[in-house]
Amino acid sequence: MLKNKRILVAKPGLDGHDSGAKVIALALRDAGADVIYTGLRKTPDFIARIAIDEDVDAVGLSILSGSHVALLQQTRDSLREMGAEDMVIFVGGTIPPQDVETLKQGGAAAVFTSDMTIEDTIDEVASILK
Amino acid sequence: MSDLNKKNRKNGGFIGNPPIPTPATSSGIEIPKVLTPENDENALLPGQYPFTRGVFEDGYRGRLWTFRQYSGFGSAEDTNKRFRWLLDQGQTGLSVALDLPTQCGYDPSNPVATPEVGKVGVSISNLSEMELLFDGIDLSKISTSFTINGTAAIIYAMYLACADKLGVPRAKLTGTIQNDILKEYVARGTWIFPVKPSMRLTSDVLMFANQQSPRFNAISVAGAHVRDAGSTAVEELGYTLANGLAYVEELKQRGGDIELLAQRLSFFFYVHMDFFEEICKFRAARRLWAKLLKTRYGITNEKSLRLRFGVVCGGSSLVAPQPQNNIVRVAVETMSAVLGGAQSIFTCAYDEAFQIPTERSAEIALRTQQIIAFESGISKTVDPLGGSYFVEDLTDKMEQETLEVIDELDEYGGVIKAIEEGYIQSKIANRALERKKKIDSGETVVVGQNWFRRENQKNEHGETFSLDPETANRVTEKYHALKASRDDQAVTQSLEKLEAAAITDTENVMPLLVDCCHAYATVEEMVNTLTKVWGEFQEPLGL
Repeated sequence: MLKNKRILVAKPGLDGHDSGAKVIALALRDAGADVIYTGLRKTPDFIARIAIDEDVDAVGLSILSGSHVALLQQTRDSLREMGAEDMVIFVGGTIPPQDVETLKQGGAAAVFTSDMTIEDTIDEVASILK
Repeated sequence: MSDLNKKNRKNGGFIGNPPIPTPATSSGIEIPKVLTPENDENALLPGQYPFTRGVFEDGYRGRLWTFRQYSGFGSAEDTNKRFRWLLDQGQTGLSVALDLPTQCGYDPSNPVATPEVGKVGVSISNLSEMELLFDGIDLSKISTSFTINGTAAIIYAMYLACADKLGVPRAKLTGTIQNDILKEYVARGTWIFPVKPSMRLTSDVLMFANQQSPRFNAISVAGAHVRDAGSTAVEELGYTLANGLAYVEELKQRGGDIELLAQRLSFFFYVHMDFFEEICKFRAARRLWAKLLKTRYGITNEKSLRLRFGVVCGGSSLVAPQPQNNIVRVAVETMSAVLGGAQSIFTCAYDEAFQIPTERSAEIALRTQQIIAFESGISKTVDPLGGSYFVEDLTDKMEQETLEVIDELDEYGGVIKAIEEGYIQSKIANRALERKKKIDSGETVVVGQNWFRRENQKNEHGETFSLDPETANRVTEKYHALKASRDDQAVTQSLEKLEAAAITDTENVMPLLVDCCHAYATVEEMVNTLTKVWGEFQEPLGL
């Protein structure tokens, strides 16, 4: 379903909860994608650099610390500065409902929360990356 | 018994906590302290090795568990206010949630820290902030727990320095620092240094604490986060007891007094929704830990063999859809914890699945414990489920399977190797995927999320918590003011001494950390000094 797609799963900020990021990384891989996982506590600059160097089709940011709005903004800024403003960005994590729209306006192609099924999540990723 | 005269009243109700429930049913039938099979005087009793039925003979009849709600956000002043409010509501111990910069060793001025200042906990970058945090709270009377790991040694040093400044003798301090770095590598992620120097630092804390604040638990080996990250109840117990043994081993290698350490070593577990499995997990934990310490380390002093533990009810068992259902989940989980004999309980608020609790939701969480403690009567007899065919059988099976997990880790080469190579991390990630798939397929029922959804169900979270957006700026301003006013020479000197001690593998760094705190060195300055000597952990990235 995601054959030939390269996706970077990233943990920006200081949040140490990586279970969701790893579950999504494993599920994306099961769906055929080539997945790179950054590990914990990466700066937006680091994430943007890897995304460009690895020529990925999308970046997934996993954030459970409540800092999602600022970290999405910083990652977009870094990508823009490095000439990759069109990079598709997904955001997942503990996102209060009132922030979903803010994130979409801030450039998130989609926002995923833990109550969504893996199937729905993969379908949405696939349809956006088609 | 207090009566409802005016003197004892406030807001139309009694002041403080009610007395421990009288041991009788509502129809007046006397409830015995504990029951054993008829004519079997030798049947195991609570307070007797291997403590399956509890570590204390009296269970909750002498003393109830501690109501300890994890709390902290924004600035020290904000959290101090919430602490005082919680104590006013009948909470009996404090539990400090620290923000991620404090947990990972960054000061609020660091650009890496800025988006996270005061978000998931309170920002404490130096002693002046801790003085504000405990303003007006008597540290000699209230026990305080800190969920702190990567920077545990620093926060503990700061707590001692804070007590020194307030004139509270260190020996009077009670409470806990989590100080369990092994599970940070496995599941929680606030590691800083590589595994080996971290184990040395942990030992330094334990040895110093035994001597300086003997009533304070200097470690709380935690399975909670491993469980929340995806492991099963058996794995939670297996990994946690294996980590506990690794700390005992490290201390032994360093010439520490393991019998004394074991007396101050506590545990921290999750409670999930499988009611009997959770109860039996706690019964099996006590029994297996006592046996392991006795057989592997020859410890016979019964005080050292008692596994005492706190729990958190909630966590990943709480979900955002139909969030009020979470109140019921937490109540069920709290009953498991009480029937399993927990020493302290933290009940999550129903909105904790998606935000910092509001005052209202935090109140319901505390009231849940109070209802179970003072209305339900389930704590009136010790280990009421002891002797149930099912409970005893499940306890035996959980003990056996947990031992298999520990043996498997031993065969692999020990927990430290398993962590450095990412073996446990990978197992947990795959378990998390399994757990998620079972929920997605409907095999695991989550009421309101995958079954029993309402037509056109929308998110209805009620009152929202919002953090004052100016908090980070205020905290950073205070930080700059502190740095401008302190004696820089004293800071530099104390940090140099710390570095010199860190270079040796044998000098205990704790007294030097306390000196750094007294000089108002910041968390990041202390961490950077240690990182210079020890380096940073390199995370294994295989999935």
